[in-house]
Amino acid sequence: MTTTAETATKPRREARTSDKSRAENRLAIKLVAPAIALMLLVTAFPMLRALYLSMFDYTLTAPDDRTFVGFQNYLTALSDQLFWRDTANTVFIMVVTVFFELVIGFAFAMVMHKLIFARGLVRTSILIPYGIITVVSGFAWQFAFSNTNGFVNSWIPFMNPDFNWFGDYWSAMAAIMVSEIWKTTPFMALLLLAGLAQVPEDMLEAAKVDGATWWQRLWRVILPNMRAAIMVAVLFRALDAYRIFDNIFVMTNGAQGTESISFLTYRQVIEQFQLGIGSALSVLLFLSVLVVAFGIVKLFRVDLSAARQG
Amino acid sequence: MRNDTLSRIGTAVGLILILVWCLLPVAWIISLSFKSQEAVTNGSPGFFPSSGGGAGWQNYVDVVKDDQFRQAIFNSIGICLIATLLSVVIATLTAYAVARLEFKGKKFVLTTALVIAMFPVVSLVGPLFDMWRTLGIYDTWIGLIIPYMSFTLPLAIWTLSAFFREIPWEMEQAAQVDGATAWQAFRRVIVPLAAPGVFTAAILTFFFAWNDFVFGISLTSTERARPIPAALSFFVGDDPFNRPASLLAAGAVVATVPIVLLVLFFQRKIVAGLTAGAVKG
Repeated sequence: MTTTAETATKPRREARTSDKSRAENRLAIKLVAPAIALMLLVTAFPMLRALYLSMFDYTLTAPDDRTFVGFQNYLTALSDQLFWRDTANTVFIMVVTVFFELVIGFAFAMVMHKLIFARGLVRTSILIPYGIITVVSGFAWQFAFSNTNGFVNSWIPFMNPDFNWFGDYWSAMAAIMVSEIWKTTPFMALLLLAGLAQVPEDMLEAAKVDGATWWQRLWRVILPNMRAAIMVAVLFRALDAYRIFDNIFVMTNGAQGTESISFLTYRQVIEQFQLGIGSALSVLLFLSVLVVAFGIVKLFRVDLSAARQG
Repeated sequence: MRNDTLSRIGTAVGLILILVWCLLPVAWIISLSFKSQEAVTNGSPGFFPSSGGGAGWQNYVDVVKDDQFRQAIFNSIGICLIATLLSVVIATLTAYAVARLEFKGKKFVLTTALVIAMFPVVSLVGPLFDMWRTLGIYDTWIGLIIPYMSFTLPLAIWTLSAFFREIPWEMEQAAQVDGATAWQAFRRVIVPLAAPGVFTAAILTFFFAWNDFVFGISLTSTERARPIPAALSFFVGDDPFNRPASLLAAGAVVATVPIVLLVLFFQRKIVAGLTAGAVKG
């Protein structure tokens, strides 16, 4: 902020620019204020409230029995095996699904990039899994894997037709991950396709002329040039996968130990009305997402300014 | 020469694989919706309805006649449209400021949007559940519209700022030279030019709101405001292993129709919006 005295001593033109930029500043603040207020109202404020509530022994069924317990809820959560089992499940799902989405999504992107005909058809088709409600995807796959009404068992050679996919931890997790991968790979493919378009054609031609094999071109030219796009896609998908909830809710409802950390939090708060420990879990979930985000950004040195701000 | 043919065959095979990947589960859920409920209860494995196990349109008739289901569709359409409209209006203002104006706090806006896009929504349902009950908006449309707006804002802001950067801004300056204020220049010159981007952002916002499940089940308790994904998951009974599969499939198909229509008509716009700003351009 410049004082009036200072402004007066400055040459006229400068004063006008600073007037203009101040007006611009004011307009901008007015324009962004509603969005910021809304985003903070629904996230920052409830998060602070969760932080506060997590210090209490507080059950909605007995709202008057609220007692301050300090960090006791966190200790309870962190020393509970359930918390660690569900975190392990979540990390496992995140790593496996993102890996498959990346590989399959890249293959799809390569095909779409090469395609000279049927482009509209492919784009339309690929948007359908993206647009389908996750709950519907979960149902579709749950019924597909079902041993009474599904088709998966009869389509896999040498498969026992009565095999119950949801009767065992590993097969239930596999079914959940299939639904997750099916729905989100197209999104990955579209992001990678946009990245693929950034690879300079002349570099590829030069590599070809120099006798580089397809494999060499992929690893030496294409992938390094797509690094930013790949990292952004991985970051976004990984954080999304870490929040996995819908598919588990619909497909197993947490049976066979397939709970995710989001599911555990939901169960504490909404089904058991344990707002105290539920809030502690909410805070822990938030912190673990931060850790995952930070880890990915550091590990792969993602340049976020190259991301979404484009 | 041989290489060329090989690569062409590879592309064709890839094309078929993509189509199978995308459409097979959709075909499956449609096929399932035509299995009769008796056949499903007795068990009818296989992709297609067995002979004598088909239901014709019966499941669809049952779904459409179901009051709860109709109400849920109505809720979803109403809530998502209102949330989309408001979110896009607010995001347009923000994106204009981000793309066009120099101001302190631009970084803060973008960072906030980024953080919110990655926010674990489940961690909010507890406090929101509590707050909404205190405010008396638990189990109402407005109680869902507010969180839908905040969580679609980041996507809408990014998409719109990416579009806004492509607009020929000299025209805005020309309008200002001709005596228009900054606000007039924004409303009269830029809004019409930005309309396609705004429309794309609206479709993506609608997709997001339509797909939501966490808020839908946590912040509603009756059919008064329950949106379609939540209604589907509660459709019949609480035994997740013995659902009336074919009826649910019919409901799922109905719930998917609006999305498929949007995709069919606006495929190009959606792709452009989804990837806008995802790579350095």
